[in-house]
Amino acid sequence: MKGRVNAGLIAGGLLVGLVVLAALVSFVWTPHDPTLVDAARKLQPPGDGYLLGADKFGRDTLSQLMVGARTTLYVGIVAVGIAALIGTPLGLIAGMTPRGWLSELIMRINDLVFAFPALLLAVMLGAVYGASTLTAMIAIGVATVPAFARIGRAATMQVMVTDYVLAARAAGRRRSAIAVRHVLPNIGSVLIVQASVSFAIAILAEAALSFLGFGTRPPTPSWGRMLQEAQELLFSTPRLALWPGVAIALAVLGFNLLGDGLRDYLDPKLRRAHAGR
Amino acid sequence: MILFLLKRVAVLLVSTAIAGVVVFAFMALLPGDPAEVALGVNATPEAVAALREQFGTDRPPVAQFLDWFGGLATGDFGTSYVTSTPIGPQIADRLGVTAVLVIGGMLIALVVAVPAGTFAAVHHRNPLGAAISAFSQVGIAIPAFLAGILLVFVFAVQAQVLPSGGYVPISEDPGAWLRGLLLPWLSLGIVQGAVLTRYVRSAVLDVMREDFLRTARAKGRGRLGALWRHGLRNASIPVVTVLGLQLATLLIGAVVVERIFVIPGLGDLLLNGVAGRDLLLVQGVVMVLVVAVLVINFVVDAAYALLDPRLRGAR
Repeated sequence: MKGRVNAGLIAGGLLVGLVVLAALVSFVWTPHDPTLVDAARKLQPPGDGYLLGADKFGRDTLSQLMVGARTTLYVGIVAVGIAALIGTPLGLIAGMTPRGWLSELIMRINDLVFAFPALLLAVMLGAVYGASTLTAMIAIGVATVPAFARIGRAATMQVMVTDYVLAARAAGRRRSAIAVRHVLPNIGSVLIVQASVSFAIAILAEAALSFLGFGTRPPTPSWGRMLQEAQELLFSTPRLALWPGVAIALAVLGFNLLGDGLRDYLDPKLRRAHAGR
Repeated sequence: MILFLLKRVAVLLVSTAIAGVVVFAFMALLPGDPAEVALGVNATPEAVAALREQFGTDRPPVAQFLDWFGGLATGDFGTSYVTSTPIGPQIADRLGVTAVLVIGGMLIALVVAVPAGTFAAVHHRNPLGAAISAFSQVGIAIPAFLAGILLVFVFAVQAQVLPSGGYVPISEDPGAWLRGLLLPWLSLGIVQGAVLTRYVRSAVLDVMREDFLRTARAKGRGRLGALWRHGLRNASIPVVTVLGLQLATLLIGAVVVERIFVIPGLGDLLLNGVAGRDLLLVQGVVMVLVVAVLVINFVVDAAYALLDPRLRGAR
């Protein structure tokens, strides 16, 4: 049974929709070329076709924000994709044989990966291969694998003791068949919620990495680097820091609300368990 | 209890060793020979070979690893190929600064979250409690570096009451030390406080539904009195887990905050090491941070067992 559509789901959906819309529109139209350097427009205040003004190179802030949304979503999708594709099967295997050596091995490796946060992985990758959007995505993705493995394992263990799985096992179905036919569809909603929450964390990580210079390279616009470039001008032109800051916060808030809202919508049982949150 | 702790210590030691292998193997993948890099393109092969021998990079990787990893135990992180200075003392100097930053941030998070979360739980049916929940949701969406920039804008640019960056050692001027650290602490603490508030609220709400609390209320204790006597220890178990996770987050968050406020901590050392291609230094700092996360996880597990004896048998 599905829950009712709730306020968090709507608010989160709208915020995420806004980011997606900005990213999609930026493929076909932006007010100006986001990478166009124009000395005459240097630090231009908002107005005259530049709705949010221009930065120290005369680049249009709004256009940069729109293309930055693209970077953010791109990193989020690839990173969460890596984490889900690696973490989910691991969690599934560990959850279906919770007492086996394989399960133990997976969870121990998981704990170890957990000790390498995205930022450290990205710095290491950046030191060896040179920092780029790709190294940032891989670092964030790998660091998020344990989250999917853990939640996948816990959810699988719950499904494994249900009557329909017991019946399927008694009927002699193979483990792989049970995993695909019974377990995966039933842990899907938990994984979707995890994906949404992980997406929010990935956005934060990408922004932090770009801020430090370990993510997207110039001239590709990115919210984190916009903030970093704005920091030195904080005393003279604080609005340059305002817009990317607002964009990051709204995008993260959107994915967090969407995750919570989906949890309530997809699984009313979980809502009661998490009523306190 | 002792058996449980011994098991966790064993896991910690094995994890540390494997983490060491991973970090070493990763850095060893790096293209380029440190000796060649140090001497430049015009060096004679003899000079490169001599320097390689001096660095010890002519030996087999396993021997190099054992030498490096064995040295870590005694605080010997090797000598930088780039600056020719020992790495251990640099890390030791910076570790203290980062530790002060992280602990201060954690304290601010606790000071914000425990009262706010408890209040939001006790008043979860009225608007003020809901307002705290909504506020914490917004706080979670603000990364520490954004909070830092906002705080610099308000307190350094607008009000001009605190410095926008820089670090003065406490031995030189305690007042300036404190003023310099206030904004970095707040940047780390407020955001983590917002995250923690949600968990404190959730934990206190769960405890409020427990029978033992109802009994305590029935015996005539007030709502807060009953919570204080019987609730907080029970509510602290889930909160301690999150606190441990957050300490790790704060440690990494400190890397970014150090960059914003120009604080000479481990993060600053790490980023400078990458910029200067000082790989042995990067290797050392990464190892210290990873071990710190592993130790934090170990302490969380041990704290669990102390707080809730039922968990000792598990795992």
